[in-house]
Amino acid sequence: MQKLESFSLVQKETSTNTLLNTLRCRLRPGELAVEAFLFLAAVISIFVTIGIVYVLGVETWSFFGRINWEDTNKQLAQPVGPADTRLVVTESGSPIPVGAIIRLDDEIMQVTAVKGNQLAVQRGQENTLPAPHKEKLDIYEGERVVLWEFFTETRWEPQIGNFGVLPLLNATLMTSAIAMLVALPLGLAAAIYLSEYAGPRTRSILKPVLEVLAGIPTVVYGYFALTFMTPLLRMIFGDDVVQIYNTASAGIVIGILVIPLVSSMSEDALSAVPRALREAAYGLGATRLETVLQVVLPAAASGVTAAFIVAISRAIGETMIVAIAAGAGPNFTFNPFEAAETMTGHIVRISGGDLSYDSIDYNSIFAIGLTLFALTLTLNIISRYVVAHFREEYE
Amino acid sequence: MNRVSTFPQESQLRRLLARRKRIGWLWQVVFLLATILVVLSLIVLLYNIVVGAFGYVIVQDKVSPQEIVQTYTDTPEAALHTLSADQYRFILEQNLSKGLLRRLNSEAPLTERSREELYRLVVERVVKPRVVQSYSLVDSIFERDKIFAEAAALPHSRVEFRRWLNLDFLTGKQASVPELAGVRTALLGSLWVIAITVVVALPLGVAAAIYLEEYAAVVANPWLRRLNAVIQTNINNLAGVPSIIYGILGLAIFVRGLEAFTSGAAFGATADGATANGRTIMSAGLTLALLILPIIIINAQEAIRAVPQSLRQASMGLGATRWQTIWHHVLPSALPGILTGTILSVSRALGETAPLVVVGASTFITIDPDGPFSKFTTLTIQIYQWTARPQDEFRNIAAAAIIVLLVLLLTLNAAAILLRNRYSRRLV
Amino acid sequence: MNNGTYAIELQNLNCYYETFRAVKDVNLQVKRNRITAFIGPSGCGKSTVLRAINRMNDLIPGARVEGQVLFKGQNLYDPAVDPVEVRRRIGMVFQKPNPFPKSIYENVAWGARINGFKGNMDELVEQSLREAALWDEVKDKLHQSGLSLSGGQQQRLCIARAIAIRPEIILMDEPASALDPIATLKIEDLMRELVKNYTIIIVTHNMQQAARVSDYTAFFMMDRADRAGMLVEFNETGKIFTNPTDRRTEDYITGRFG
Repeated sequence: MQKLESFSLVQKETSTNTLLNTLRCRLRPGELAVEAFLFLAAVISIFVTIGIVYVLGVETWSFFGRINWEDTNKQLAQPVGPADTRLVVTESGSPIPVGAIIRLDDEIMQVTAVKGNQLAVQRGQENTLPAPHKEKLDIYEGERVVLWEFFTETRWEPQIGNFGVLPLLNATLMTSAIAMLVALPLGLAAAIYLSEYAGPRTRSILKPVLEVLAGIPTVVYGYFALTFMTPLLRMIFGDDVVQIYNTASAGIVIGILVIPLVSSMSEDALSAVPRALREAAYGLGATRLETVLQVVLPAAASGVTAAFIVAISRAIGETMIVAIAAGAGPNFTFNPFEAAETMTGHIVRISGGDLSYDSIDYNSIFAIGLTLFALTLTLNIISRYVVAHFREEYE
Repeated sequence: MNRVSTFPQESQLRRLLARRKRIGWLWQVVFLLATILVVLSLIVLLYNIVVGAFGYVIVQDKVSPQEIVQTYTDTPEAALHTLSADQYRFILEQNLSKGLLRRLNSEAPLTERSREELYRLVVERVVKPRVVQSYSLVDSIFERDKIFAEAAALPHSRVEFRRWLNLDFLTGKQASVPELAGVRTALLGSLWVIAITVVVALPLGVAAAIYLEEYAAVVANPWLRRLNAVIQTNINNLAGVPSIIYGILGLAIFVRGLEAFTSGAAFGATADGATANGRTIMSAGLTLALLILPIIIINAQEAIRAVPQSLRQASMGLGATRWQTIWHHVLPSALPGILTGTILSVSRALGETAPLVVVGASTFITIDPDGPFSKFTTLTIQIYQWTARPQDEFRNIAAAAIIVLLVLLLTLNAAAILLRNRYSRRLV
Repeated sequence: MNNGTYAIELQNLNCYYETFRAVKDVNLQVKRNRITAFIGPSGCGKSTVLRAINRMNDLIPGARVEGQVLFKGQNLYDPAVDPVEVRRRIGMVFQKPNPFPKSIYENVAWGARINGFKGNMDELVEQSLREAALWDEVKDKLHQSGLSLSGGQQQRLCIARAIAIRPEIILMDEPASALDPIATLKIEDLMRELVKNYTIIIVTHNMQQAARVSDYTAFFMMDRADRAGMLVEFNETGKIFTNPTDRRTEDYITGRFG
């Protein structure tokens, strides 16, 4: 009773206003604030992406911009003043070519001409100030990390000025290729078995097995690679053929890691094929295999392809397995039984040690990270495109 | 009509069909074998871990107990563990350096320690048993004789069956020798990191999901619509970024850029003497939060989408505002689904290693973390460190730590499944 | 021996889904080179009976058939009989057009190829498409996807696909229900043409269609007591529609229920 009265009271109050007024849009600040907060939460994801691109970009920029100094073993033969443009250097050491950038103490100069032991230089380059230098001062020659060299040089030895990402990239592609050789046939076969052959009981056992396999942390797979797969390979091929750390073992185990991904995505694609299509094939007297391989699989091709691409991207980005089992130290090789460091493995090894900011190592992990990010993002976008544009439309 | 009919004869057709069926059968076997191989690889993986965590070890004493008894007591036939407290104290005083004795005395005077405690000290500091060789469970079973023969050839040594996964392992601190090392520090580190991850990622993730599901669809402004579409695509793409990239992001942003904040300096909390700079639990937690944010969003979106439209309409029909509808009806219905998704994301974060290495997990600390600004190590980092060591015994404790990790993950997943089952029952 | 005149004989046919009996005690003789229509209200089991004829029900988990389906005197449910072989001889066209996501040419050629066809494939494809009255519309785009055709064309493509393997019987499960009236008319004309070479059994909801195209009509309905479908009356189409013997048939065709 009490409630009813108070309710009618409210109505009486509003009835003095016009009807339009009671129905008019009201500003609800609380609602707006909540919506604004929710919106900001959603926008954070954009900031994360921008953050990734910005951080990788900036540090990569300074990686390519930086000059790496090497001792020429030459010294100043005579002291120079701040205004001198002519240097006299000692005989010893490696020759300095025209156009080279050299450094004396903190000052950077560019060599414009060379005549015997005399160098003509432009003083105060790269925002440094001309200063007087004493006799016997060591001369360093600078070398820039060049983008072109980054992708063509086959050695990665930052300490002596070789910055070729190829050995790391090559090892990454090797482990990924081996992984795909394992994961594609097995994952697809398991998907076909699950979606086309297995009864509900078998499925109810197999699906959780795949889920468990997908839920195991990668560091555990790393342990598996090193303590099981490698000894197995060494047993089969011989200890002198297979090194303790090798890309084959890491690759095979990455393959096992991505099998659940391949099989679950492929199975989704296969079971999305309408039953009518299967019935049409059976109605023509096709056997189950003919139906599966020649009708269902082609109809699911876009989904299966997308699964493969995502799996490749996952394999390329996989870190702990290669960090544990593929070996440390860049090695440009095509032999899967040799140790070779991958891009991700390199990042983990470098950053696992004491890493000082702005060192060449610090910058290099960003340059490698950017390569990795570009590679995986491209693959993910391609897979999305494949699904969206090559899907067969059924009613 | 002149009808084409070049189909084979009946008998030929029969043979052809028999062949087609044979091929079909063959491939079915191939598919089945491939599936079995996949199952087998899981079994072998688990088996390999269990086998590594248990097995015989050959323990060698630096000094044999009998020799100690003979040298320092007048009862040469007595066993070491039967001596008196005074005898143990005498042995310790004779064998340990002055500095060590002083340290032990300052912790708790030897004279006040119990007999058992002193006995443990004698074993630990004087006898110094060391595992010199360890065997997997399989070797322990099948090559028992060889192992015992090998032990017999070593002086002061014996064979023991060791469960590397034991209570001491769970509660023990990090140590440089495998048989004394434990995972307590790492376990606490993992829990601290995960706590921060969840506290940050869960509200943000759910909020973003609510926005995308409940608000984005009714936006009229074309620019905002486009932005919403970009956000959605972006989240899907972020979910596919390799975890190590998040580590690099965390290194640049949290460890370095926000060092004042993540090291705790901004709050006047320089936790332990050794400054952790930005390489703290806080940085690790935030990094993992960014990593699982897209996964939480996607899962929460699915859970929210599963809430029937009729519920929203009923609520709106009663004059509830959008937020009232969400808060009172949509969220409660979607909560079990959101929690299931969150638990699964958390188990993903718990298993991550690479981003933590990059963010700067400590490889060797013995002090338990005491807050978000401590240095840290985690279970996965320890597994990585121990696996990467060349000595077999470290592999054994890596296996033991893996079992701890897997049990933890299994518990989480079981919780998620229970939640899902209760939820789906309620819907029916 | 009546083997010469009957294409299919159903004897005491019972169909089950798990424990539920969907169709009970159907006895029916389908004449060679005639169109037989199955009509009846929804859920009366007519599609189930049709799918039992070429053992399509085998593909549904839990489905089971008792009784006999005689094809040239041979029981198709004999354990020794291979369902794949059955379906090659008894083709099927489905309710919704379901071309394979392959080219028009491949759609027609595929069935023949897996069944060991050795002759001139181009000729077979052309002839099948001609028989399905589709040739003129697609002869210039044989290598386009079968899915690019209109609904009616897709259904005729499915018919061409079915007759390319030269079955003896074609089962049609409401082949025109998803099509517009003009496309439906084309399919009906086509059926009258095809019946010269094939025996056709068609399930339809549409009584006018049954009256127009079929020679014989079987009326099915659901038994109220146990919800199982049963055959009520089977006779020449003219008789069924003008002078049914069963009261229930009359009620149905005059639109009093269903």
